[in-house]
Amino acid sequence: MMDDKLRKITVALAGNPNSGKTSVFNMLTGARHHVANYPGTTVEMKQAYCNHNGFRITFVDLPGAYGLNALSSEELVARNFIIYEKPDVVVNVIDSSNVERNLYLTTQLIEIHVPLVLAFNMSDVARRQGILFDTDRLSSLLEAPIVPTVANKAEGRLKLLDAIVSVAGAGRKPRTHRITYGDEIEKALSQIEPLIISEHPGLAAGYDPRWVSLKLIEQDGDILSKIQGRKLIDSVNDAVAALKAIFGDDPEVIIADKRYGFISGACQETVKTTVELRHTTSDLADAVLTHRILGLPIFLLLMYLVFYLTFTVAAYPMVWLEQFFGWLSALLASIWPPDSVNWLRSMLIDGVIPGVGGILVFLPNILILFLAIAVLEDSGYMARAAFIMDSLMHRIGLHGKSFIPMLIGFGCSVPAIMATRILENRRSRFTTIMVLPLMSCGARLTIYGLLIPAFFPHNWRGPVLWLVYLTGIVLAVVAAKILRLTIFRGETADFVMELPPYRVPTIKSILTHTWIRGWMYLKKAGTIILAFSIILWAAMNYPKLGEKSFVDLSPDQIQQAKLANSFIGRLGRAIEPAIKPLGFDWKIGTALIGATPAKELFVSQLGIIYAVSSHDDSGAIPTLRSHLQADYSPLVGFCIMLFCLISSPCVATAAVTRSETGSWRWAMLQFFSLTALGYIVTLAVYQIGKLIIP
Amino acid sequence: MGTTSTKILSQVDEGEMVSVVSVYGGRGLRNRLTAMGLLPKSQIRVVRNGGRGPFVISIKNLRIALGRGVADKIMVM
Repeated sequence: MMDDKLRKITVALAGNPNSGKTSVFNMLTGARHHVANYPGTTVEMKQAYCNHNGFRITFVDLPGAYGLNALSSEELVARNFIIYEKPDVVVNVIDSSNVERNLYLTTQLIEIHVPLVLAFNMSDVARRQGILFDTDRLSSLLEAPIVPTVANKAEGRLKLLDAIVSVAGAGRKPRTHRITYGDEIEKALSQIEPLIISEHPGLAAGYDPRWVSLKLIEQDGDILSKIQGRKLIDSVNDAVAALKAIFGDDPEVIIADKRYGFISGACQETVKTTVELRHTTSDLADAVLTHRILGLPIFLLLMYLVFYLTFTVAAYPMVWLEQFFGWLSALLASIWPPDSVNWLRSMLIDGVIPGVGGILVFLPNILILFLAIAVLEDSGYMARAAFIMDSLMHRIGLHGKSFIPMLIGFGCSVPAIMATRILENRRSRFTTIMVLPLMSCGARLTIYGLLIPAFFPHNWRGPVLWLVYLTGIVLAVVAAKILRLTIFRGETADFVMELPPYRVPTIKSILTHTWIRGWMYLKKAGTIILAFSIILWAAMNYPKLGEKSFVDLSPDQIQQAKLANSFIGRLGRAIEPAIKPLGFDWKIGTALIGATPAKELFVSQLGIIYAVSSHDDSGAIPTLRSHLQADYSPLVGFCIMLFCLISSPCVATAAVTRSETGSWRWAMLQFFSLTALGYIVTLAVYQIGKLIIP
Repeated sequence: MGTTSTKILSQVDEGEMVSVVSVYGGRGLRNRLTAMGLLPKSQIRVVRNGGRGPFVISIKNLRIALGRGVADKIMVM
């Protein structure tokens, strides 16, 4: 008999990182997910739903966690979600080849009394390693159904959904197999429980008192902050001191030990390994890839390969896209008569298409970079790379894992800043976020692509490009060091990182990971750049000049004059005195202002300033280059690139910084200090350069 | 019970199997290690103890890389 209220079910997915939780999420929901924030936090939460047997099941993907400890912000978020939002079912995704360690989280879920379904994922790997499970017995010991799955091949989906529905229907039941913590701790628990009920009845109603007392003895920061009753606090302190004296160690260690004891006991009867694996192929691969001498060169070679692919292979589709947008502009210009709704026509042809087209042209470039990174991550190499980088990173005060977001930053800062979530240490993370924009992103590449061929002969072009990137990296290192010695002072977290075994990534997983990040880049185009292209177009075209000012001028000159009169033109002139020491004039100033929302706009801005219409054929860019060459020296060209590299990260970057750090304070600090840094460095380079170069 | 020699994990040779005695360090580090299965009496095997590469241990089929002196903070025997 179906109960009416069961038509909707909420399910939370919990599990260790690397357990394939995301694959299970995607398998259940089809990867059409919706992102929101966990209530009351800035942590992002993935949510999606599917329909099964007349039920609408909503899935929430909790952050990967090894346990439910208050000390880790992600684990606390997961824990609080389960306790406060009370999902109907928690699906605990378990890496079947690592059951004992994965079950540690399970024991903590059991302690909270949530209805559980265990998805024994990667069951194909376990089978290959010769691990056998007595699923029925284990399931009854853990009091949760066990469903073997191979999420990246979509095996086990229906059985998992059936299990979810049946567990949801049964609701919360009292457990028969409780985890016990030994006489001494049990005694302490029994003394503390009644005090919780008497002194904090509200707390006892929302949480299980036994669980609360357990957390108090573990000295869990989050729960401790919720109690004030004097008798309770004293009782807890006494119990902790007594237990410390008996065991010679903190109670939390003993409790952890008991949990593992429970797991051991359960697994001893139910998990059999038939093959003792001592030297896996992973170890052999690691012997080479993290070799004390070969490791670093191999790593550098791989990095070089990644960037080589990004710049050369992507070149072809980029040219096609450029031509496409040129064609699109021309088409629109020809079929839309110039006198009907002229402002809309102009807005589209002069504003939207160059603005948005400019960023879409870079999509192949960025997608290839993200593809390469996805391959490195999914194969397991990234963990090793993070380690290889760690000794270097540590010297500037960063964690080896910072390397991964920085690598992504060469594509686009937006997904890179989001990737800093893998850093647990807040100070390391914030430092990385602050200096990330110095990793020259794909957008800035448009600027280099315009300026370098304009000012430098053929043989110089490669080295100059490389020099620009290198400058960004060096500055990032210096800035990080300074930040870590001043505002983000503190110890770097110790390096403890799981090394997953190497595996051949599936095409599906690589494409999914590439697409997720590529999509962020596209969203940036669709939203911010579109909006600002329109705003910029308005700032460039208004206020308008009266018709009588146009006597005896060519169409290009007319456009130039219009620009000079517009809001942006005036702004550009106004800041000219400030940027003259850098070798810039009002034209560059105007383009720079125009590029603030998104760096790609710099090129289209310059194009308009020099009255080279953007809806020309592909002769536009070379023409623009010759104009630039005539007006500026290579030194100035280089300085422009430097300034663009360092200063004013784009609006999208500022927005993501704000959401990842939780306040505008950091985003503003990032914006203004990078701009100031850019000014100083460019100033120095220009002034010194003027003296040195004849 | 006679005196058993406890030593620092970083002094253990590759391939050797040891038992954890204690972990020195902040609660953050200890909790992380605990959640990954490294607590007193756990059996761990040293997979790599190289000069420049990561210090890698194996706990129950799981490989963990330790760096930056973490291996110096773990007492084993």
